[in-house]
Amino acid sequence: MSKKTRVVVGLATCGIAAGGVSVMDELRREIKKRKLNVELAETGCIGYCFAEVLVEVEKAGMPKVTYGDITTKDVPELVETHLVQRKIWREKVLLIEGRKTAEADFLKRQKRIVLRNCGLIDPESMRDYMKKGGYEGLKKALTKMAPEEVRAEVLAAGLRGRGGAGFPTGQKWDFCARAEGADKYIVCNADEGDPGAFMDRSVLEGDPHAVIEGMIIGGYAIGATHGYIYCRAEYPLAVKRLRLAIREATRKRFLGKNILGSGYSLDIIVKEGAGAFVCGEETAMMASIEGSRGMPLPRPPFPANKGIWGMPTNINNVETFANVPWIIRNGARKYAAIGTGGSKGTKVFCLTGKVRRGGLAEVAMGTTLRDVIFGVGGGIKEGRNFKAVQIGGPSGGCLPAALLDTPVDYDSLPAAGAIMGSGGMVIVDDTTCMVDLAKYFLTFTQMESCGKCIPCRVGTKRMLEVLIRICEGRGVPGDIGLLERLAYDVKDASLCALGGTAPNPVLTTLRYFKDEYKAHIFDKKCPAGLCVDLVTFHIEPDKCTGCGVCVRNCPSDSITGEKKEPHVIDIETCIRCRECLRRCRFDAVYTV
Amino acid sequence: MTNSIEDIGKADVTVIIGSNTTEAHPIISMEVIKSVKAGRTRVIVIDPRNIMMTQFADIVLNQRPGTDVAVLNGMMSWIIKKGVYDRRFVKERTEGFEELKKAVEKYTPEYVEKISGVPAAKLKKAAELYAGAEKANILYAMGITQHITGTDNVMAVADLAMLCGFLGIPGGGVNPLRGQNNVQGACDMGALPEVYSGYQRVDNEDARRRMEYAWGVSLPDMPGLKTTEMVGAASRGEIRAMYVMGENPMVSDPDLKHARAAFKKLEFLVVQDIFMTETAELADVVLPGVTFAEKNGTFTNTERRVQRVQKAVEAPGQAREDWRIIRDIAKNMGYPMKHRDISDINKEISAVTGSYAGMPWETLDACGIQWPCPEIGHPGTPVLHVCEFTRGKGRFIPVEFREPAEKADKQYPLTLTTGRILTHFHTGSMTRRCAPLEHLAPRAEAEFSHEDAEKYGIGDGDLVELSTRRGKVQVAARVTERMNPGVVFLPFHYAESPANVLTSVALDPVCKIPEFKVSAVRVKKKRGVRS
Amino acid sequence: MPEELRVTIDGKRCSGRRGQTILEVAEENGIWIPTLCYDPRMAPYGACRLCLVEVEGARALMPACHAEITPDMVVRTENKRINSIRRTVIELLLSDHPVDCMTCESAGSCRLQDLAYNYGVKESSFKGETHSYHLLDDNPLIERDLDKCILCGRCVRICEEVVGAGVYGFVARGFDSIVSTPYDHPLEESPCLFCGQCVSTCPVGALTSKLSKGKGRPWELKQTDTVCPYCGVGCTLTLWTRDNEVVNVTAPVDKGVNRGNLCIKGRFGWQYISSSERLKYPMIRGKDGKLRKATWEKAISTVAERLTEIVKENGPDAVCGLASARCTNEENYLFQKFMRAVVGTNNVDHCARL
Repeated sequence: MSKKTRVVVGLATCGIAAGGVSVMDELRREIKKRKLNVELAETGCIGYCFAEVLVEVEKAGMPKVTYGDITTKDVPELVETHLVQRKIWREKVLLIEGRKTAEADFLKRQKRIVLRNCGLIDPESMRDYMKKGGYEGLKKALTKMAPEEVRAEVLAAGLRGRGGAGFPTGQKWDFCARAEGADKYIVCNADEGDPGAFMDRSVLEGDPHAVIEGMIIGGYAIGATHGYIYCRAEYPLAVKRLRLAIREATRKRFLGKNILGSGYSLDIIVKEGAGAFVCGEETAMMASIEGSRGMPLPRPPFPANKGIWGMPTNINNVETFANVPWIIRNGARKYAAIGTGGSKGTKVFCLTGKVRRGGLAEVAMGTTLRDVIFGVGGGIKEGRNFKAVQIGGPSGGCLPAALLDTPVDYDSLPAAGAIMGSGGMVIVDDTTCMVDLAKYFLTFTQMESCGKCIPCRVGTKRMLEVLIRICEGRGVPGDIGLLERLAYDVKDASLCALGGTAPNPVLTTLRYFKDEYKAHIFDKKCPAGLCVDLVTFHIEPDKCTGCGVCVRNCPSDSITGEKKEPHVIDIETCIRCRECLRRCRFDAVYTV
Repeated sequence: MTNSIEDIGKADVTVIIGSNTTEAHPIISMEVIKSVKAGRTRVIVIDPRNIMMTQFADIVLNQRPGTDVAVLNGMMSWIIKKGVYDRRFVKERTEGFEELKKAVEKYTPEYVEKISGVPAAKLKKAAELYAGAEKANILYAMGITQHITGTDNVMAVADLAMLCGFLGIPGGGVNPLRGQNNVQGACDMGALPEVYSGYQRVDNEDARRRMEYAWGVSLPDMPGLKTTEMVGAASRGEIRAMYVMGENPMVSDPDLKHARAAFKKLEFLVVQDIFMTETAELADVVLPGVTFAEKNGTFTNTERRVQRVQKAVEAPGQAREDWRIIRDIAKNMGYPMKHRDISDINKEISAVTGSYAGMPWETLDACGIQWPCPEIGHPGTPVLHVCEFTRGKGRFIPVEFREPAEKADKQYPLTLTTGRILTHFHTGSMTRRCAPLEHLAPRAEAEFSHEDAEKYGIGDGDLVELSTRRGKVQVAARVTERMNPGVVFLPFHYAESPANVLTSVALDPVCKIPEFKVSAVRVKKKRGVRS
Repeated sequence: MPEELRVTIDGKRCSGRRGQTILEVAEENGIWIPTLCYDPRMAPYGACRLCLVEVEGARALMPACHAEITPDMVVRTENKRINSIRRTVIELLLSDHPVDCMTCESAGSCRLQDLAYNYGVKESSFKGETHSYHLLDDNPLIERDLDKCILCGRCVRICEEVVGAGVYGFVARGFDSIVSTPYDHPLEESPCLFCGQCVSTCPVGALTSKLSKGKGRPWELKQTDTVCPYCGVGCTLTLWTRDNEVVNVTAPVDKGVNRGNLCIKGRFGWQYISSSERLKYPMIRGKDGKLRKATWEKAISTVAERLTEIVKENGPDAVCGLASARCTNEENYLFQKFMRAVVGTNNVDHCARL
C-alpha cells in the first residue's frame, strides 16, 4: 500500500499566531516549485503550543515526524531534506513516531479523550471526524437508547462539569429533563475567558464535531428543542469551524428535523459573545443570549427550571460535551475506570507561564501537580526554581511547591484553596512577586466585574487598591487584615461566582506567601525584586567588566563608570526600568 | 369597569381598543406593561394609531376610524365560525345568542377588511388569541364611545366579552377607562339629566317620590337636557341661564364656533372655577372655587372605588369650597341646605343612594371601597356580575356597522381624530399652568403619517392649517410612525389652537356623545419650519 | 389560594404562602431586613446583598428578596457574619459616595443614610478612587447626580419593567459602571415619559425632583394622603406641604390602586395649585361689560336673584347647570340637588362625554 505523502500544518489560533499561515503558503509554493506529489493539509492544535509552528510529515517508508518551531525560512530545507532526500531533518525534530525524543514525554504522559482528535484530523472535514468514530455515539444514543438511558449512562460515567464547578453532568441533565416547558434549550458554554486558558478554543478549533455531537446527545437526553453555542467573538476561527461543522452535520441529518429517524429534532445556533468574562456565568450568559446586558441573576430559580426566555435550559462547557460521545461510544464503565473516586475521566489543562513546555495537557484525574508540571510540562524554563502554580485562572488559587503532590481532582484542589476551574495553570518561578501576581489577577476580575453587586464592584476595586499600594511600598500595618476582611466578605456576599472567587488569588497568596506581603509592608522590600518601587539596582564591582552595555542602554543616564572599570548606578535618578539587568551579560546587576 | 385595576394584570390576554392607555391612563398602562414584561399577558391593540402600547402588543389592528363595530363583529363572526366561544357561559348566563350569530355572520374577516382596512389574517389571529385565552379583559376609552355609534361600539365590546365568557371572573371583564378623576362619581351622584344619585331615574315614579320626600320639594318628572343638547337649546334661546361648576366647555365642546355663539347668547352665565378659563371669561358672575388639595370629600374612580380626598392646604384669597357656594346660593333662593361639613352631605348621600350606603367619609382611607357597598362593614364589590348580571341573564345586543357621520372625501380627504397627550390634561387649565409640563409640551402638534406628510409636502415642525366644514386651526405638524396614512391626530388641550373648532356635533342618538374621533379634514402647509 | 407554609424566622414562628419570598414573609411578621435594591414594584434583583440571610441547610447565604420560602424553612436574619457583610457593603458604598448629607436633597429619606445610622458606620474603612461626574440637569423635572448613584438598578428596572420606556441602562463595567440614557443623550431626547418613577424608587439622592429642590426637609413637611385630580384611575397621592404650599407629591408604595406608581401629571403637575393666576375673589360683570371684583354676599345674591327671575319668567327649564367631573361626589350631589330641588329642572349634566 503506497500511502500518499502528507504534510500537515497546525493551524489553530496558536499556530496562526506563530506564523502558521505563512509557513503553509511557503510550503505550498515550495511543493509546487519542486512539482512534488504531496497532500498539504491543516489540523487543529495538538497541544505543543511551546513549539509552534508545527509541521507534521507522513511519507511512505518513513516514520511520521513532527517538526517544531518551523518558520518560513526553514521550509526549503525541510522540504529538501525530508521530502526530496527522504531524510529526517534533525535540527527541528520534535517527535518521531515510535521513537523516544526529548519532547515525547509531553504526549506520553497524557491521557487524551477530549483531545482525542485534536491535531490528528482536519477539523474542517466531517469525513475525517467520522473516520475516527465520530457520530457513532450519536447513532448509538438516538437509535438504541432512550433519553433516560443516556442520562443514566452519563451519570454512571461520573462526568462532572468541566466549566469549573464540577457538578455531575448526568444529574444536571436530569433536572432539565424533568422540568416542564414548551421549549427547552441546550447551551454550550464556549465563552472561555480566563487569562492563560485555551483548552476550549483548541477543542473547538481542532475537533468541532465532537462538541456538536455531544450537544446533540445531550439535547436528546433532556428533550431540548433548541441549541446555542455561546462562543466568544475573539475566537473567530472557532466560530467559523463551528458554523461549518453545523452546516455539515445538518446536511448529514445529524441536526435538524427528525434526526436519524428518531423523531428527535434539534437546531443549533452559534451566538457570539461580546467579550465579557462574566458571560461565562450561566445566568449572565442567558441574559446575553436574550439580547440583554450580561449580568447574573440570583439562583434559584436555576436555569434547569427557568432559563432562556423562561424555559428550562441546560448549560454545559465545551470540554464536558466533548467527553459525551466518547462515553456513549465506549461505555460509562470504561470512562469511570479513569480518574479518582470522586473525579472520573480526564481534565485538560493549559500550561502557561514559566513552564518549559507550555501547551495543552490532558491528564487523568488524580494526576499530581508535579506530574503535570514537571512530567508533562518538563519543569521550569531556564533552569529556575518553581515557586507556585495558579490553578483555575483568576478565580483560582496559588499553590506553593510544598503542595506539588496534590492530585488534580475536584476534592483535593479546593481543600488546598485552589479550584479546578476551567483548567488554566499558570506556573511561576522565583522571579515572580506573589503580591504582584495577586494584583494581576485581581486587576482582571475587577475589570471584568459586571458592576451589579456591590461586594464585587467596589470590594474588588478596594482590594486591588490595597494590593497596588502594597506593591508601591505604601502599604500600612493593618492592610493584611483589611484585605482578609474584604476578601472573606466579597467571597461570601457576591452575587455570582465571578465575585465569589475573585478573592481566591489574594487569599491563597496570603495563606502561602504571607511573608512576601509582610516584606512589602514592613520592610518595604519585594523579595522577588520585581516591584519597581521597592527595589534598587546595583552593580557588583567584582563581576562588572566595564563593557558599557548598561551605560549605552540606560534611558535615564544613571550609570557611570570608566571603560573596563566597574560601573555604578545612581539610585537617585534610576527609574528602575530593569534594562541594565536584562542587558548585562555578566550577571553583575543585582537588586536589593 | 366590571373589574378592578389590581385585576388587570391577571389576564392572559388584554384587548385595548380605543384607548391610548399609556398617555391617557398611564397607571393602567403600567399595569398592563408590567404584566407583559413578566410574561403573563399578551396584548391586542385595536386602534387607528400606533400608540405606545403597540410596542408591547402581539397583534396590532389599525382600523379606519369609526369602523370598530365592523372589527368587533368580525372577531365575533370568526370566533363563532371556528366554534371557539364559551358554549357553557353562553348557554347558562346569556340570551339572544342566535340573533347575534345571525347578525354577525356576514362580517367575515374578508368583508371586515374591506370596511376597516384590517387585514383578514390579522383579524383572525386576534380573534383566536382572545377567544383562546383562559381569562381575557378588554380595556376601552373614548376611542370607543366618542362616535355616533358610541353606544353600538360599547354593545359590541360587551357582546364579544360575553361570547367568550370573560365576565364575572378575575382577569376578565369589560373595562371602560374613565377620563377624569371623578367622572364616575359625578354620574353616580346624579349629575345627569335623567337620573338621581345611584342611577334612580327621574321618570320613575317611586324614585321621584323617594327623592321628593327626602328633599321636601316636588320634583320635575321629565329628563332634562344633556350637555350637548344644552348648547343647541341655548342657541335657540330656550335656555337663558347656565350655571357651570368646574368645567370648561369653551375648549372641550365640539364645534366650538357654534358653541361659543350659543354661550354668548345666554343672558346669565355663572362660572365657578379655580382659574379664569375660556368659559369663565364669558361669565356674568365668576365664583372662585378651590382645588382638590384645598378640600375634603370623595372621588370615585374608574373601578367604582370611592376614595377620600383630604385637605392639605388653605385656599388662596377668598376662594371657597364649591359645596359651600352651592349651599349659600340655595339658601339665598329660599331653600335651606343645612350641611355644616362634608360629612353631613355624605350622610345624605348614603341615605338616598343604595350603592353608597356603607361608606361614610370618616371611615374611608386612601384605599377606599368599591361600590356597591350597601351597608357599613360591607367590603365593597371588586368584580361585578360574578354569578349573574344585574338583569339576570346577559342579553346579546347585536349591532350593525354604520359609517361615521362624516367620511373623508375629495374636498376633505383626511380623517381627523382628536384626543389627549400624556403631558396635558383635558382643557389644560391645570397642566398648562405647571411650567415644567408646559415646557415639555408647549404647543399643539398635529400628527401625520410619513406617507401623508410626503403627499402634502409637510415636514416635521411645519406650520399647517387644518380645516373642516366647521372651521380651521393652525398648528405645528409632527410627522411620526405613530400615524397611519389617511389619519390626522390633534390633541384638544390647547385653547390657542383648539381642536374642537374642527369637530362636529354629530351625536350618538342614545347617549348624545359627539363624534370627536372622526371628522373629515384637509391640510394646507402654511409655513415650512426653515422658511 | 396558594398553599400556606410555616417557617421560622429569628426564632419566631411565621406563616406565609408558597411563592412568597423570605423578605415578604419577614416584613409581614414585623421582622426588618435591610435592603437597598428592593422595591416591591419590580422583580427582585439581588444586587445590594444587604438582605442576605442564613437559611438552615443552605450552603451559601441567600438574598431574602429573591429566595422563596420552603416548608419549615429556618431563617436567621442576623448574626455576626451577616452583620459583618452588611457593614462592609455599607462601607464600600460610602467609600465612593459623596457624604454631603448636609445639603443633599435626599437627607432624611435616604436609605443609605438610614443604613449607615442603623449599623453605626461613621466613615468607610476603605479609601480609594472615587467618581466625579457632572451633575445632569438637562430637563425641567429630574436632576441626576451620578456621584450619588449606588447602581442598585431600581431606576433602570422600574423604567423597563413597569413604565416600559427603558430609558436607562448600565454602561461600562466594574467600578466604572454607570447608569446612562441611550447614547448618553439628555432625558428630553430620550424616550423618557417624565413620570418620575425613577425618582420615586431611587433610594439615595441620585435622582431627585427639581420641583422640590430646597423646599424643605422631610421632617419639616406635613403629609396628606389624597386622590389625584387628573384621570379616572384615582391614584393615591401624598401631598407634602410647608407653609400652606404643596412642595412635593409622592405616592405610598403600600396602598392605593397605584401602589407607588404615578405619571407625569400626578407626580409633577401640581404647581397650578399655588399659581398666581388662581381666582381669589368673586367677580361680577358690570354694565361696561367688564368683570369686577365683588363681595361674596353680592355675588351670591346676584346669582340667586337672576336665577329666581329667569325661573319666574320662563320656568325652571330655562336654566341649566353643568356639574363637574373634577369636583367631589359631595359637590356633585349638592349641585344636582340644587338644580332639581331649588331651581326645579333636570337640566343638569357634566362633561362625561367630552
